[in-house]
Formats: sequence, structure tokens, C-alpha cells
Amino acid sequence: MAHFTKATSVKDWLNQRLAVEKVEKVMASEYWIPKNINFLWAMGMVLAITFALLLVSGIFLLMYYQPDVKDAFYSVNYTIMRDVDYGWLWRHIHGVAASVVFLVIYIHMFTGIYYGSYKKGREMIWISGMLLFVTFSAEAFSGYMLPWGQMSYWAGMVITNIFSLGGLHLDGLVEWIRGDYVPAQAFLARFFMLHVLLLPLAIMGLIGLHFATLRIPHVNNQDGEEIDFDAESKKYLAGDKAGSKVMRFANDFMSKDMMVVGIYLVFFFYLVFFQYGFALDPVNFDPADGLKTPAHIYPEWYFLWSYEILRPFSVNIGLIAFGFAQVIFMLLPFLDRSPNAVPASRRGAFSIWFWALLIDMIVLTAMGKLPPEGIFSTIGLVAALAFIVLWIALPFITMNEKKA
Amino acid sequence: MKNKEPLILVVVVAFTLLTYWLVEPYAHSVMHKHVESQNFAYADLAPLTKTGDAANGKALVAGAAACTGCHSIEKAGIPAAVDAVAAAQTYGVNPPDLSNAGAIYDAKFLADLIKNPAHALKVEHKFDAAKGKMHPMVAFYGAGGDLDQEVADMVVYLQSIAVKPSEVTPKMAYENACGRCHTVSYEKWTQIGEKPAFKFEKDSLAFDIKVLEYQDALTKYMGKLPPDLSMYIRSRGEHFISTFIENPQVHLEGTAMPRVGVTADAAHKVIEYLEDAGDTKRHERDSVGQMVLIFSIVFAIFALLWKKQVWRDLH
Repeated sequence: MAHFTKATSVKDWLNQRLAVEKVEKVMASEYWIPKNINFLWAMGMVLAITFALLLVSGIFLLMYYQPDVKDAFYSVNYTIMRDVDYGWLWRHIHGVAASVVFLVIYIHMFTGIYYGSYKKGREMIWISGMLLFVTFSAEAFSGYMLPWGQMSYWAGMVITNIFSLGGLHLDGLVEWIRGDYVPAQAFLARFFMLHVLLLPLAIMGLIGLHFATLRIPHVNNQDGEEIDFDAESKKYLAGDKAGSKVMRFANDFMSKDMMVVGIYLVFFFYLVFFQYGFALDPVNFDPADGLKTPAHIYPEWYFLWSYEILRPFSVNIGLIAFGFAQVIFMLLPFLDRSPNAVPASRRGAFSIWFWALLIDMIVLTAMGKLPPEGIFSTIGLVAALAFIVLWIALPFITMNEKKA
Repeated sequence: MKNKEPLILVVVVAFTLLTYWLVEPYAHSVMHKHVESQNFAYADLAPLTKTGDAANGKALVAGAAACTGCHSIEKAGIPAAVDAVAAAQTYGVNPPDLSNAGAIYDAKFLADLIKNPAHALKVEHKFDAAKGKMHPMVAFYGAGGDLDQEVADMVVYLQSIAVKPSEVTPKMAYENACGRCHTVSYEKWTQIGEKPAFKFEKDSLAFDIKVLEYQDALTKYMGKLPPDLSMYIRSRGEHFISTFIENPQVHLEGTAMPRVGVTADAAHKVIEYLEDAGDTKRHERDSVGQMVLIFSIVFAIFALLWKKQVWRDLH
């Protein structure tokens, strides 16, 4: 058993039992971050803050929401929006944050791709991040079911139908997932459970893993420079703060994080109060009606690109393409064959690949929402094929890349 | 080294706005037909050429034109002959009380309605006299004098007994123009009026049964039960509702919903009623929003100053 002495202060008492000073050093003041970074490096903190907003607003919504097909719509649109003081505020924060969190995730992802932050020991950062993307997607989808509006119902119908896997006709699997022939009470209750318990638990665990994966390889920097963190941190601690290439996580980097968060919150709350329509689709303010299919069924904007990879093909090929799109990002560290962990702008053909992928995904996103008619289906098909070709070409493009 | 942050910010914002524009304004403009408001001018209806005489109109409404055979005018002391349910079972929908019709409906519309109901209501596809399908409201063919003069007299009479247009409340406008077909459950509104708070459940159930009986008759008349409008301000939006009220056929060709012929002011009142039902906290949202934005800006300024202070030693 450890040896304990009479504590001289509360801090000392805690130190003997919890090593709080050491924890503070490891987590904050001696967690070293390169100085050569830009505001895109603050997206992790922006995501953490947005997740906190989702969690807190979600807790308040959970107190009044009724997971019952007869009461769900009413509990959201009457009880929460009208009866409960500031219920509307929690709902708007929750709905807008659920949409904006994906915007920040995509910025965070493309930052990682651009700067090669998934290579040379940082593979696990990327993989844990992609696992977070998958769980956030499931969380967003399950949450979208809960107001039990028209889009909840019909999106639930369409997405669970995917599990019949086209030509395999696994209708029994679809019924097993739904707990019924159509989305109904069992469906709503289990998506409610997933949304408020299992998936948030998984997300919190994965956030812990994601932070842990950063520990050993450290954060990348905007020039792909290899930094000797031990030497640079010694320099910093010796007093040469300006000469060192690294800085403390707190308060040095944290102060920049909070500056970006401050600006982000102005944008976020502007959306919450004055521009929320993009995140709270009008169609979902009609109660679910299994006898009335909406004229246009589309997922939320952040799923549109993968929806458009599913849509332009025949059922079986579409499902294969869709499955490809779901897993391919995860494999990025292994498909990129180049040893260069530098910004895309210094990587020749990869630079073109990066911008082509970004633009292709924006085109897919737009076509995923537009009705699949005329020129839109053609553009959608071309963009979906381009997505697949881009990923197949990636190993070949990067294999022969010159040392940067 | 050159500071690349402004350029990066421009790139991030530009791609974000492009994506937003594509999936929101652009995609919705492709998916939904754009209908321009005509400001409730009812340009298809002929303007009133005659100056009406209210006293003569009063005599016609209760006499030769027989309006009060079906319509109550409570303001003039003429109650309804039968209750709302019995009226709906007879006519399909309860004929409106005319007390404030002169303030809520457009004068040109009222004149055309008296002369040719199916035309004014834009339901001639449903009620075609040639095929023997008569509109339940009987057209007025004149009491022997100049038809246009007599119609103008009745319109002026209805205007003379109505409240001033500025005194029309949102609920009054909704009740007259929409409320005999559409419930607004979040405001406790039913087709037979606002549901009161009952002390005994049997009274509450008795009221509900009356509503159901009314709705059965209405469903038969309209082809389907008109939807509850509680959340329509969020599901359809102001522009859609306003242009739909103005002319339902433009949005939904062949619909059984009639053009109701409200004035622009009355349409605004109807929208306000729907906002109270489905966007109840909009004023609170605006005022809280301003405070939160001011707080966020102050927070951002302090965060910026803190960053500057911390980083002074790092460069």
C-alpha cells in the first residue's frame, strides 16, 4: 500500500490520492502542440464544444420527449416547443448543432486529408476519427426518427430497406431491425434507445480513444515538419518560449482554440435563432403518415453525397457502390502509398486528387437532394463514378510521388 | 512566414456557402413550384361598378336573396336555424355567419360569390351545373331590379354591419375563412368552435362526438378530411400558405379547397393565427437571439484578447 502523509493542503491531499498535478501536466500544461498551425487545428475543440451543446440540450429534451408513436410528434411540437419554458431553444440548439457538427466534421476530415495527418504513426487518429464519423452518422439518423414527422418515417423506411441488400431480398432482416413490417412503435422505441444511450456511450468512448491516439504521434503541423517534441519542450521549459517550436496545450493553444470557438459561437447562435430552416426540415413538421408518401424524400444534407452514390445505379450495383463509399475513407492511410506527410499543395498529383474529391463530393451532395431527373441524374451518375475512380486511382497516383 | 489563415478562411467559407446554396435555395427552387403573390388583388374578378345602398341590401339579404335561409347574422339578431353539425350534414360544410364577412372578404369576391359561387370559389371543376352538380350555395339571379346594383347593395350592407377591418382579430379571420374545415388542435380549435374545458368527461366526449359527426359530413363533402393546420407555419411556411389561400388551384390543381377570397389584411391575420399556433415563441426567439448574439460577440472579443495576451510571449 502506498504511503500517505498528513496533507498540508487540499491540493496536497488530492495529489497524494489522485496525482492531480501530474494529471494536469500530462493533459494540459505539458501536452505539447506545434506552434506552426492555423485555425483549422481548432476544429477539434469546436467539435468538442458542439458535442457538449448537443449533450446538454439533449438532456433537457429527454425530460419531455415521449417515445411513443401516438405522442412523439406532440411532445416535440407542442410540449417542448410551446409548453416548456425555453423548450424551443433547446430544440433549436439540438437540431442546428446536429447539422453544424457535420459541417465541422467535414472541415476537420478534409483538413486531415490536405495536411496528410493520417500518415507516419497517425493512422489510428484517422481510423478512430472515422469511427466517430460513423457513430455520429448513426446518432444523427436515429435522432432524426424521434420527432416522428413525415421525413422521420419515410427516411426510416428507406434506410432500413437498404438492409434487405437488394437482390438478396433479406426482408426478414429488415423486419427484425424494425420489429415490425413498417416503421412503428418497436422501431421508434429502439431508435430512441440507440439515440439516447448506446450511441452516445459509444461516441464518448470513441472521443476518449481519439484523444488517446493523438498522444504519441502528436498533432501534425501545417508544413508537415518533423518536430523533436522532447528537445523543443525542454527549450520551452527552459524559458525560450519564443524560440521553441512547440507550446503548451493550456493555456497557449487553448487560448487560440477559444478564440476560434468564440467566433464559431457567433455563427452558431446566428443559425440557431435566425437561420434554422436548413437543419429543421419543413417536411418533418407534418406528422408521420404511412399512407402519404412525401413528393421528395431526401436525407439531411450531410448524408446526401453517399445517398447519391447509392441512387444513380441499379439496386445491386448501387448497394455495392454505397458500401464502398462507407468504408473507403477508413482505408485512406493505407491507400495513400506516398511516404510524404506534407500539405497537398506540395504533393503534385495528390493535390489535384484532393480538390477533385472535394468538388466531387459537393456535386454529389447537390445531386443527392435534387430530384433524379434529366440532367441531374446524368451529373449524379458521373459524379458517383468519379468518386469510385478517384479512390481506385489513389494508390497509383501516390505510389510514384516524388519525395517532397 | 506568410500568414495563410485569411486565404484558408476564404476557401472554407466559399465551399460552405456553395454547398449551402446548392442544397437549400437552389434545390428547393427546383423541387417546388414558385408562385408569385398577387397581393390578393383578385384581378380575374370584375370590379364593383355600382355604389351600394346598405338599407336596400339589408332588405335583400333577409328577403329576396334569402341569404338568411342558410346563413346566420348574429350581429343583426339572426341566429342559425340549426346547429353546426346539422348544417354540415345538410350542406357539407356549415355555412358561415355573415356578421363580419364584409370586413374579412374582398368586396369583388363577395359580389362574384353571390352571383356565381362556384366561379368565385374556383371549384367549377367540382360543381358543374351543366352536369347537374350544383354548388350547395344557390346563385342569386336578381330580385327584379339591376342585378349588379342589388349585389352591390348587399355587399355594402355586409360591410356596414361588420367590425372595422382594423378590428379583425387573427382568431376571427381564421374562424371565418378557414375554421369550418380545418382544425388547429394546438389552439383547441375544432370545426364547430373552440373546445371548452369541461368539468365532466362525458361532456367532453359528447363534444368530441359532435366534432366527429361534423367531420364525417365534411369528409363526404370534400373527399378527404382537410388537414389540421397546427404546424403548417413550420411545415409550409408563410409564403406557401399565403399564396395557397389566395388561389389553391395554382398550387394544387383540382383540389376541392375553395378560394376563400379574403382581403390581404385578413390573410395576414390568418397567418398570424397560424404563427401563434405553430411558432408560438417567435417573439421570444428574436429577443433572446439578440441577447445571445451580443453575449457571443463579447465572448469572442475577450477570447481574442486573451489569445493575443498569451501568444505575445510565444512569438
